Amino acid sequence: MEINDKTISKIAHLARLHLEDQEIHQHKDKLNSILNWVEQLKSVDTDNIEPLYHPLDDSIQPVRDDVITEKNNREELLTLSETHKSGLYLVPKVID
Amino acid sequence: MHNKNIKEIKQDLINKKYSVKELIQHFIDRIEKYDSKLNAMITFCKQEAIDQSKLITNIDTSTELHGIPLIHKDVICTKNVKTSCGSKMLDNFISPYNATIVDKMQNSGMIMLGKSNMDEFAMGSSTENSFYGVTANPWNLECVSGGSSGGSAALVAARLIPATTGTDTGGSIRQPAGFCGISGIKPTYGRVSRFGLIAYASSLDQAGPMAKSVEDLAYLLNSMAGYDPKDSTSINISVPNYLENLDKKLKGKKLGLPVKLLSDLDSSINQKIQQFIDELKKLGATIVEIDLPNAHLSVPTYYIVAPSECSSNLARFDGIRYGYRHPDPKNITEQYIKSRGYGFGDEVKRRIMLGTYTLSAGYYDAYYLKAQKIRRIIREDYQKAFENVDAVILPTTPTTAFKIGEKIDDPLSMYLSDIYTVGINLAGLPALSLPVGFINELPIGAQIIGKHFAEDTILNIGHQYQLVTDWHKKIPEEFN
Repeated sequence: MEINDKTISKIAHLARLHLEDQEIHQHKDKLNSILNWVEQLKSVDTDNIEPLYHPLDDSIQPVRDDVITEKNNREELLTLSETHKSGLYLVPKVID
Repeated sequence: MHNKNIKEIKQDLINKKYSVKELIQHFIDRIEKYDSKLNAMITFCKQEAIDQSKLITNIDTSTELHGIPLIHKDVICTKNVKTSCGSKMLDNFISPYNATIVDKMQNSGMIMLGKSNMDEFAMGSSTENSFYGVTANPWNLECVSGGSSGGSAALVAARLIPATTGTDTGGSIRQPAGFCGISGIKPTYGRVSRFGLIAYASSLDQAGPMAKSVEDLAYLLNSMAGYDPKDSTSINISVPNYLENLDKKLKGKKLGLPVKLLSDLDSSINQKIQQFIDELKKLGATIVEIDLPNAHLSVPTYYIVAPSECSSNLARFDGIRYGYRHPDPKNITEQYIKSRGYGFGDEVKRRIMLGTYTLSAGYYDAYYLKAQKIRRIIREDYQKAFENVDAVILPTTPTTAFKIGEKIDDPLSMYLSDIYTVGINLAGLPALSLPVGFINELPIGAQIIGKHFAEDTILNIGHQYQLVTDWHKKIPEEFN
């Protein structure tokens, strides 16, 4: 299935990506060629085959006790942000 | 000293032939002299390395890597040092913590000289997607170094550092190792901690060492491997000493060759692979013909699985908590959209969009679920082959290093340069790439692929080959 400019804009919005008009055209052509190429997978018979989400799916995934292991480094982490105040991140106004 | 392997450097340090300070200075001098030709570094931690080297007056003989210099790929978090991931998005990011492998290698006494160039967010096969520009191939400066760990590969090939780290999601350690004529290993998924690696595709990503020789890889993997409670996908099983197995003879080893898969291979590369196999036969190994009937599905499967995971992983870059922040948004949505739109490069945006599409309502079953089912089929092919053989042999790449700019406008042809590597990530297997010859003065690599957690077997095979050949000792003339 061909995707058009509208679909590209929709996907970009869902992924929260700003695209210039020229980028929309470029991405459309390249994504279409990639999607056409992966179409070959459709002809593979996968009836009764379980998806493999983890390459070692027979291994045991460990769990740990739900206890705090990290120190509170809020101040240090806030310094990574360009704008923060009183221990909070500053963002454009959300509610009028 | 830059031509010596880790064992020799260590011995020289013990014999006081030179000090750690002199060793570090030597590599600093080489980086300063040569990196302008390559652009393999993003961050140079010169003063920190000098300061650290001055503190080492006595070599700890019990620690294999004490005093050995190292450069980490810039996808790996290093405390108080810029960790850019090759992206404008993280150009201002100073990591507040170390990745587990950074801690481990530091605890082994290694000294970090900086961070290496890479494709943005490890997405690419040439380093041309780096915000900091392409890394040239030391064997031909007009060619790419491969990717995504191209900086790490070029640095070792040009002898600007004895050891680097890389990460490999679809071939990102092995393909640049092949293009640059060095050795690199992608360990089994779960063998090395991913804590502190900036995630691309979490079910495929794995870190590993890159170095001049397979023996050096064994030293480095000894330091890197092992269970980490901070990474719930790392596997809690014991790690062997990778040096112990290296000297075993290959007599009785059965190696699988997927003959049908190689029928399309360029004849000059096929010839090098045949010579590699002949050498392994002389060493006592037996070659068994195997079939990997679904291997041709690996690349399209990968390009659904990896972008899907990437679109989810990269959602964390919001332009607020860290990273690039667009300076003038009208509202909160525009804050996200513009920070991400201007912070990410073309290929990263392409993969995020591809993943968003393949995971979106109505398409999930047709793309993502289908790909994950085929992933199981691909793994089963390998499992079946491993019932009869100890390791599988494949080329690393279908060509030698290509020219800078040659494939940048054609993503599909770029993706296909990973045709022999991505299936191994889908199956979670360990694989080693090592140099096996030259074509038109460019190196060509071969892979030795092992069963899950059989890194010791593939390192053994690779080391035995390097004992009787000297491809791994060749140095690009311009950097000698």
